Amino acid sequence: MNKRRKLTDKLMTILPILSVLITILPLISISVYLVYKGVQYLNVQFLTELPKPVGQPGGGMANSIVGSGIVVGLAGLIGVPIAVLAGIYLAEYGRKTKLAAVVRFFADVLQGVPSIVIGIVAYAVVVIPMGSFSAVAGAAALAMMLIPFLTRTTEEALLTVPQDVKEAGLALGQPQWRVVLGIVLRSARGPIMTGVMLGIARIAGETAPLLFTALNNRFWHNGLNGPISTLTVQIYNYAISPFTDWNGQAWSGALVLVLLVTGLNILVRTLARSRYSERS
Amino acid sequence: MGIATKDLWVYYDDFAALKSISISIDSKAITALIGPSGCGKSTFLRTLNRMNDSIDGVTVQGDVLINGSNIYGEEINTIALRKTVGMVFQRPNPFPMSIIDNITWALKFHGVKRRRDREEIAAESLKRVGLWDEVSHRLKDPAFALSGGQQQRLCIARAIALQPEIILMDEPTSALDPVAARVVEELLISLKEDYTVILVSHNMEQAARVSDYTAFFLMGELIEHSPTDQLFANPKDNRTEDYITGRFG
Repeated sequence: MNKRRKLTDKLMTILPILSVLITILPLISISVYLVYKGVQYLNVQFLTELPKPVGQPGGGMANSIVGSGIVVGLAGLIGVPIAVLAGIYLAEYGRKTKLAAVVRFFADVLQGVPSIVIGIVAYAVVVIPMGSFSAVAGAAALAMMLIPFLTRTTEEALLTVPQDVKEAGLALGQPQWRVVLGIVLRSARGPIMTGVMLGIARIAGETAPLLFTALNNRFWHNGLNGPISTLTVQIYNYAISPFTDWNGQAWSGALVLVLLVTGLNILVRTLARSRYSERS
Repeated sequence: MGIATKDLWVYYDDFAALKSISISIDSKAITALIGPSGCGKSTFLRTLNRMNDSIDGVTVQGDVLINGSNIYGEEINTIALRKTVGMVFQRPNPFPMSIIDNITWALKFHGVKRRRDREEIAAESLKRVGLWDEVSHRLKDPAFALSGGQQQRLCIARAIALQPEIILMDEPTSALDPVAARVVEELLISLKEDYTVILVSHNMEQAARVSDYTAFFLMGELIEHSPTDQLFANPKDNRTEDYITGRFG
């Protein structure tokens, strides 16, 4: 009996460790392979120049890097405030209302909608009325993906704030809006920022919703209501092209994308860290 | 003047948590509310600053008079009421801000416009609860860096900074270690010079030590309300005697 117990104990220790290894193995191999393949074409020229026509060596993805920044940034500007406010409504104001139940349901369904479908919707509601593929349309598509995810994340983050802290605010004769903004949001700042970063990272890597919204552009974009190049679409085009140096540049583009998202993540987390929010 | 209730009933849906409570509470004194868990003492406390408003299914019937006006009347706004009636909770619950901001945050909304004035009030309040010497050199530190007892005194300072007349305390020492509890208890006794204090307590020794009056609740009813020494030495009701001698609860 005793032997068996010890054996079970060992087994149950080894299994989780094994699972962790299996989980991080793809991450490590992707990172290593990405760096290995990506550094080849990664140089100053790649970061600062426009793409060269087929056959000419060199050229870069500067317009795509800037374009991704614009489209994702714009999507964040549209999506984050809407999602955070919607999350506040779900957690604080309308918790048990029918409207909240409906919003929750559709937010959950929307998260499971294939991203290409989101692209089609954005094409129908933004591109066709505007009469042109545009950065705005791309941002709208990405915002549509960001909002349901971030709304639910924000709601869950706000629900973790203990009731007695909210009551302490109310008991000081403060109106609910002030308690929500001053205390609840502040208490949940960490998990909300994590949600924002996860959401941004996710949409920054999307290609399908941009294919027929932002389209692509071989040159610098010409305003926000014209087609714009993004890293993901450019990587896609280069990766499926028959030219070896374009394939190589696609790897470099992927490496730049990963580095940018990681860098942004670290930067935002450092800036958003509050020394006041840790409850001991 | 002061606090009085007349035929107060509070329901959670169909369940009557308080049954026909009529009580008159003395000003500038400590009144302890005692009774077993679920007897309605916390519900009663939270009725006095309308803290139950945000809980679903609560209905209040009867009159709750504070300084002569019915706080469940139509013309009452909870913001003004809660400025007059402060509250301290069981678990120390500072806000995720610096020590000083914990106190100044609410003042800003209550019309203290100048920062220097707010900070002055904060300093006064911290002195009043005996925390000033411990924190004056680190007012910008996070409130969570304080010990539990210090956090609870900060919460009391936060409440008195609004200059309330009444302070409601819901078992303010039960989450603290004995030494910190003792400090808070002594603070309570000193507070009655300026404030009317209503204290919910699970600890009968504490109620006997600090309070001037004691009210004994049982199953939603007010069984007995007398001067504390009288209630503990000479309970009028058998049920009070059973409870304070430890026969139940």
